[in-house]
Amino acid sequence: MEVGWWGVLIAVLGGAIRIGTPFLFVSLGECLTEKSGRINLGLEGTLVMGAMTGYAVALHSGSPWLGVLCAGLAGMVLGALHSWLCSFRRVNDIAVGIAMMLFGTGLAFFLGKPYIQPSAPRLPSIDLGGWSDVPQLTAALQINALFLLGIVVAVALGWMLKHTAWGLKVRVVGESADAARALGLPVDRIRIMSTALGGFLAGIGGSYLSLYYPFNWSEGLSSGQGLMAVALVIFARWKPVGCLWVSLLWGGAAALGPSLQSVGITGGYYIFNAIPYIMTLAVMIITCSPRRNLAGVPHELTVTR
Amino acid sequence: MAASRKLTRRQVLQGTAAAGALGMLGRFDWIGQAWGATDKVKMGFIFVGPRDDYGYNQAHFEGKSAVAKLDWAKAFDEEKVPETIEVQKTMESMIKLDGAQVIFPTSFGYFDPHILKVAPQYPNIQFLHCGGLYQEGKHPKNVGSYFGYIDESQYVAGIVAGGMSKSGKLGFVAAKPIPQVLRNINNYMLGARSIRPNCTTNVIFTGDWSLPVREAEATNSLVDQGIDVITCHVDSPKVVITTAEKRGIYCTGYHCNQAKLAPRGYLTGAEWNWAKVYMDYAELIRKGEPIPHLIRGGLKEGLVKVSEYHQTVTEAVRTQAEAAKAKFMSGSMVVYKGPIKDNTGRVVIAAGKEHVQTDIWLESMDWLVEGVIGSTKS
Amino acid sequence: MPHTLNKALEPFLIIVGSLSVSMVLFGAFVAAAGANPFEVYQTMYRAAFGTSFSWQNTLIRAAPLMLTALCTALPGYLGLIIIGGEGAVVMGGLFAAIAALTIPDAPPMVVLTTMALAGMAAGAIWLAIGGALRHYRAVNETISSLLLNYIAIALLNHLVTSTFRDPESLNHPSTHHIGEANMIGLIPGTDLHWGLAFGIVACVLSWFLMHHTVFGFSSQIAGGNVRAAQIAGLPVGRLILIVCCVAGAAGGLAGMVEVAAIHGRANDTLNANYGYAGILVAFVARNNPLAIIPVAVLLGGIRASSGLLQRVHELPDATVLVMQGIIFLVILFSETLYGRFSRMPKEGAA
Repeated sequence: MEVGWWGVLIAVLGGAIRIGTPFLFVSLGECLTEKSGRINLGLEGTLVMGAMTGYAVALHSGSPWLGVLCAGLAGMVLGALHSWLCSFRRVNDIAVGIAMMLFGTGLAFFLGKPYIQPSAPRLPSIDLGGWSDVPQLTAALQINALFLLGIVVAVALGWMLKHTAWGLKVRVVGESADAARALGLPVDRIRIMSTALGGFLAGIGGSYLSLYYPFNWSEGLSSGQGLMAVALVIFARWKPVGCLWVSLLWGGAAALGPSLQSVGITGGYYIFNAIPYIMTLAVMIITCSPRRNLAGVPHELTVTR
Repeated sequence: MAASRKLTRRQVLQGTAAAGALGMLGRFDWIGQAWGATDKVKMGFIFVGPRDDYGYNQAHFEGKSAVAKLDWAKAFDEEKVPETIEVQKTMESMIKLDGAQVIFPTSFGYFDPHILKVAPQYPNIQFLHCGGLYQEGKHPKNVGSYFGYIDESQYVAGIVAGGMSKSGKLGFVAAKPIPQVLRNINNYMLGARSIRPNCTTNVIFTGDWSLPVREAEATNSLVDQGIDVITCHVDSPKVVITTAEKRGIYCTGYHCNQAKLAPRGYLTGAEWNWAKVYMDYAELIRKGEPIPHLIRGGLKEGLVKVSEYHQTVTEAVRTQAEAAKAKFMSGSMVVYKGPIKDNTGRVVIAAGKEHVQTDIWLESMDWLVEGVIGSTKS
Repeated sequence: MPHTLNKALEPFLIIVGSLSVSMVLFGAFVAAAGANPFEVYQTMYRAAFGTSFSWQNTLIRAAPLMLTALCTALPGYLGLIIIGGEGAVVMGGLFAAIAALTIPDAPPMVVLTTMALAGMAAGAIWLAIGGALRHYRAVNETISSLLLNYIAIALLNHLVTSTFRDPESLNHPSTHHIGEANMIGLIPGTDLHWGLAFGIVACVLSWFLMHHTVFGFSSQIAGGNVRAAQIAGLPVGRLILIVCCVAGAAGGLAGMVEVAAIHGRANDTLNANYGYAGILVAFVARNNPLAIIPVAVLLGGIRASSGLLQRVHELPDATVLVMQGIIFLVILFSETLYGRFSRMPKEGAA
């Protein structure tokens, strides 16, 4: 069926979900981590490690969902390691994050060599577009359950941070470590747990890349998604549900470049492919202001002090 | 090895702006080299990416593995060497520390300036580059080039694609609009149009050799536009092939055989056969025979091959594909026979003119043939 | 132990201790992968520092890192965390190449000087954008410099394949060659180009700037406590911009060296991750420009050993990434040990 220019819109819609899902998980993970006052730039390594672990486990066990779970566990371990290292006095969490990125990526590539050739089972998709006669739309709305899971996690995380005691503890630790200690809260333990949970989510995000889209384990899989997640969290003003919108926006923008070429707009594709980055920068410039403090920023975050 | 293309009237064309400074056939300058017959032949291979990428680098690695099995040769390799000064150091390291007698830097960007800087310092070592850039008189004598005309295989694959497509719309996910890639695209289109005169090919350029997410997006966009056979020219076709399979369309492969990845849709593919090239070089070295500066070949010389056809490929299509293959094998096929127009309507090859496979004019190709939807400008 | 001896000994002991611990950890990793750790270390030493060839291999890889590390280290004095080295290198290389092409008939020294100035200016502007956004719009500089990296790479690719493309560079789109006569030569007696000297000089000058000038002291104060600095009348905004310009100039110079010493053209190989490696060097060196020099050499040595590890031990290229990760994690962790052995109160960082 001829869709012409509607193809671009469909691609953006589909891309928002397809490309946005791993960003959703990674940014949710980073959001939680940053709420507790820790910044984890090592999520890039965690993402890659999750992708590899997910793929490998799915291959050996035959179950892609088991792969997703193990990917999350691998991410949890890396996140915990990061936070444990940073819990020591004077250790710079941004630097540790970058070193973890190298370590996680290196470890994943190293262990992942035997898994590049074989094909692991793929995560199933759910057909949300069955009502449509347009095959393109049907394809675009073929989403993975992880996306729905991501929405649930985003909403749940937002609610839990605002309305539960656990959420309150995390927020206090992130706003002021001194106040938290005065209240008798175990600051380091809470941070380690948040970062570990954040790593768990990031690992799941990685497994999505290797087990669903683009469904491939290889050494070129990630292109800075983990790092961008940190930008997206700021973009989302540290609100989990905001992370959802921002990830969708990012995914749609990233799908724009290739789909424009498919309808014949062939010039300047390097620039079109850079649109997500330009857009993020533009929005940050417009919405930040030196007079008002960045709304929602946890004050313990080294990045904003 | 069919390197003994006898001298024709071809003159050595020196680099002018039009020549594009790419390799050319000319008088072969035979370099006399004699290797100690008792030593193992030591060959070093350098890959720009991971050696198991299911694509470009893997094809070379498979070739290297073939020579590594020979008991009179010792082959070693290094992967993921970037096209910066690091590759110069890698080459020197292989020569100094491993005693390599011949080095195979397999990525295009290794030639200029890197090979050109290192080769003169080690005149007894052979540097054989995959890319076909060697120019007689301009480049050092211990440098040589080899390349395969995989576009011949893409032509045959194009026939199969055009013949099997229901919508008449083919798709091509390409990395960058450089001549080697454009040649593949054009051959694909011309092959397809030889069996189905009105079909089209949509091209999407991703911008770089390995971008899995963008390749997947490009594939999806193409399928959304009604494409039902897709192929690609990127370093690792795995993503394009598996995405095509998921969307339920046909695909043809590139670099290596990806049939396992797409059991339903993999019609055929264009593959390298580097094992033959490397084995032949190894034999020449072992026998102490001179190594030609420029080795190029297509289906006829066995440097490239076409994958097995899928069982659903119809008789009629198979017949035409095989006929084209036979013409390539006999050396009588001329793909670029005028009149040929590009996709802006300009006549690029006039009626009555033809450019045979080895014509260097083809190496500076910067246009897309009629029927291809896309542009070479970025 | 006298306090001064203690103070000097402490960092030395800690660094040596960190390196030893990381070697043990990496050895365990390698053993688990099936190789003999002692042989692996021997190979790494041989590849990085064993012969004069190895040393040159190491130094040539360290050279760009010395410059790009400054992109992160210098703004670090002001408390800014900028990771935009990659963008500075790319823009610097691109504009250096373009500048060379505007004066094709000038004598080599003029061309090289122009290239250096153009490259430094481009890098300076690129990094200063991040600094300005931070000061005037409170945009987080880590994020903005990261985004600007990607934008710079897109710009490079776009311009090199369209406006500035050399039509003869068909299969590898690049700018026109700057001319053989204009290339930076080798340091006599070695295989190293002068870029190494630029790196060392830049680090020494930076150290002098930040530690022995009023400007440097002002920056450190502003980095320590912005409000106090403002109350004291320091022009914080101007300091930020100047430091970012200097840091960006260093990165841009690295890009210019890539073009003038190695490729002769600007193309996508400018995007070689020197910027990101420089970040690590800066952090491990604790932003001190003098310390950057040995740390860059260390990192260069590790990377230089990758090739031999692949060929001799059949270990994949990723092994070197793991080693970098382990060494730097351990060294960063060891930050916490400073001051635990001294009975005197510890001074501030850097």
